[in-house]
Amino acid sequence: MRSWDVDDLIGWDERIREKVAEFGLDCFPQVFEICDEEQMLGYMAYHGMPSHYPHWSYGKSFEKLKTTYDHGVSGLPYEMVINSNESIAYLMRNNSLCLQILTIAHVYGHNDFFKNNFTFQGTHPELTQSRFKARADRVRRYAEDPAIGIDKVEAVLDAAHALSFNCRRNLGVRKLGHAEQRERAIEATHGPHDPHPDIHRAPQLPEPDLRRVPLEPEEDILLFIRDHNPYLANWERDLLTIVHEEAQYFIPQIETKIMNEGWASFWHHRIVNSLDLPADLQMEFMVHHSQVVRPHPGSINPYYLGFKLWHDILRRCENPTPEERERYGGPTDGMATLMRIREADRDASFLRQFLTGRLMREMDMYEFGPEDDEYVVQRVADEDSWRQIRDTLIGSVGMAAFPVIRIDDADYDGARKLHLTHAYDGRELELGQAEKTLAYLHRLWGRGVVIETTLQDKPAQLIYDEGGFAPKLAA
Amino acid sequence: MTRAQFRSFPADALRSDRSAGDRARHRQKVRQAIRDNIGDIVAEEAIIGRSGDRMVKVPIRGIREYRFVYGQNQPGVGTGEGGTEVGQSVGQGDQSGAGKGQGGNEAGQDYYETEISLEELIDIMFEDLSLPDLERKKLRQLPSEHAFQRKGFRHSGIRVHLDKKRTAMQRIRRQIAQRAGAPGVPTGEGMAGDTEKRFPFHKEDMIYRRLLPDTRPQSNAVVLCMMDTSGSMDSTKKYLARSFFFLLYQFVRSRYAEVELVFVAHHATAAEVTEDEFFHKGESGGTVISSAYQKGLEILAERYHPSLWNIYAFHCSDGDNFPGDNDKTVQAAEAICEMANLFGYGEIKPPGRGIFESSMLETFSRIKSDCFHALTIHGKEDIWPGLKAFLQKDRAAQATGGEHA
Repeated sequence: MRSWDVDDLIGWDERIREKVAEFGLDCFPQVFEICDEEQMLGYMAYHGMPSHYPHWSYGKSFEKLKTTYDHGVSGLPYEMVINSNESIAYLMRNNSLCLQILTIAHVYGHNDFFKNNFTFQGTHPELTQSRFKARADRVRRYAEDPAIGIDKVEAVLDAAHALSFNCRRNLGVRKLGHAEQRERAIEATHGPHDPHPDIHRAPQLPEPDLRRVPLEPEEDILLFIRDHNPYLANWERDLLTIVHEEAQYFIPQIETKIMNEGWASFWHHRIVNSLDLPADLQMEFMVHHSQVVRPHPGSINPYYLGFKLWHDILRRCENPTPEERERYGGPTDGMATLMRIREADRDASFLRQFLTGRLMREMDMYEFGPEDDEYVVQRVADEDSWRQIRDTLIGSVGMAAFPVIRIDDADYDGARKLHLTHAYDGRELELGQAEKTLAYLHRLWGRGVVIETTLQDKPAQLIYDEGGFAPKLAA
Repeated sequence: MTRAQFRSFPADALRSDRSAGDRARHRQKVRQAIRDNIGDIVAEEAIIGRSGDRMVKVPIRGIREYRFVYGQNQPGVGTGEGGTEVGQSVGQGDQSGAGKGQGGNEAGQDYYETEISLEELIDIMFEDLSLPDLERKKLRQLPSEHAFQRKGFRHSGIRVHLDKKRTAMQRIRRQIAQRAGAPGVPTGEGMAGDTEKRFPFHKEDMIYRRLLPDTRPQSNAVVLCMMDTSGSMDSTKKYLARSFFFLLYQFVRSRYAEVELVFVAHHATAAEVTEDEFFHKGESGGTVISSAYQKGLEILAERYHPSLWNIYAFHCSDGDNFPGDNDKTVQAAEAICEMANLFGYGEIKPPGRGIFESSMLETFSRIKSDCFHALTIHGKEDIWPGLKAFLQKDRAAQATGGEHA
């Protein structure tokens, strides 16, 4: 039986918010929705959104979550928070009072992070809910339109979902319009400014090809297709826009997973410990807390890694070792530093700056790779290797987990084929997935599609046209 | 900072299940994938011979979502429990947890498993065959009591049969009748006013649906399973035979209200046996196929007269027969063909064996009847195509039967 009612939660929330204010966290107004398992599974399947457009894949995701949950393979998260103003979080009805207290404190950590971290600055949190609702309404309208119907809508969504993360990653950098790109292309052909044109001979620079589409390699594949395939219907264009916009909304969350979960864990730990819980609640809290931030052997638990990192940064500021003091000075105001970092970094920069060899050794971090059907440890975090391991980790966090593929020619072969280049960094594309994804790309573009990539250390082309898929290894 | 809001809904509050539509769409796609892979699934040992278990795990392809993702040569980073050393194995494909974020790329196997009930699987299997319901013996069906049918209304009955709409209408009728028929009903104050407001249901208003058992003629079927249990039929061959019988039984069951199974085991002599004996007991000695057919004919004549039963007969053997028996066998087979909707012979020849074994296919090619079908089963992958071909034969037989009628 449940040991609490809503009044208890309101009371504890009161006390938690006092601490939130005291510690200087800066949050959006908060709404907690108390839900049961079934509703939680529903929110998880739809990325937490109170309203979201329908697609069979969310049904699949629901079934999968439910099956693993029913069979006890995975539990449900204690909480789920979405980036919006007001911030919405879901609490599980069947959790104990102690878990609710932990969760509420954790939610304020996320809330503060969403409000302050720079990657979320362009997400318009005050519009989140209405935008998701409006998109859902549009998709439903197309699905209900007898001239279109759910099958056609889902077919376009299938294709768009496959390509949704092939888009611009750094939303802080403004995207240039066509006119600006044109300007830049012309400027580039002028060469550097020469203060002594009388002395030097004018350099022979090639004419810019201003008819090339796109002028600069294009990362937003869905948007490019939307704007450059004249045969798409308006509703198809709109679906591409919708999927693109949603992906953009989720990118900051993907980019800050470790920081964000670490930050929320850091704060629930600090807040709850300052609440003077009764002894039995305190014991229970310690058990739950250590479950959340425990290492997952063989992989990375972002809660664990983030929690350790935030604590290590605080310690280094407030309590530097003699060696650290010598190199960086100190001690300094740790809290102020933490607040600054939570505003100005993303996982990649966070790890690069603050993950030290010492901390990696403490966490027993290692790098593994495939060797005859097995994954084998290839490096451990010793003095020689820790930087490499750190860089491998950085290469797999956030959007770096997705290959970078850019469109560089929409009139390849003079036949309006789409030509793309995969920015190869030592990691090959998975061919089975690439084939299916290329089929979607081909369907959306309506003509042949070619990707330049590298397979087995050799340049290779993946082609998809009327004849189907053909990988071509350079001789 | 403003107060937080808590919204709480009671668990049983009315709410819409928005995932229902998407789940149904996903389910449809799963069904389609199962249908596309049914041959592979049927070849899985886990499904066949599982009549007891309700749920089966089915490996299916498809219904995956694709993206450009990195392949196998991607290194990963993990945390250990201390003392991890270079060269140590960290398992297979354990990198899925490595900070992939919300994008969800499920690199790895092309398969995933789903769990469905056996019934549903069998539905899907036979949907694929899109065979018409077999109703050849339409005119000679047995009555069976299965359903109930509504027949009118009455004033007494049990609660669940209450017809709410009619009851309410009856009450209104009574109300109108009372007002119209009794102008003297007081409309003043006190009790009378209350009566006007409240007009409770009366026992006579209650109208219940009357249900009667519905006796409908149903078609019934019997599956006559005959198998060689002589020494040469080892467990692999028996497994293949069992698979075939199992599917045949499931198919027939999906088409008829009442299905009975008869097992006839034979070596040099034949006997009717239980299912358990049929599949698990082995005998030694020679093989006389006609003995089984004779036994089958006896049983049919005694208990399953063809005017009342749809008969499906199937015989599995490894093709070994006492040579002097062949003529008798062909005669008996033709006799069964006359009674049965379909009579099949499956010759089980696992690869690598039986090169020197004899075959009955040659002999059976002498049978001219339309409803006879012989097939060879080399391995479990032949079972589904074999059954399909077998049942299509039935359809063809029906079509010609229809023309004659």
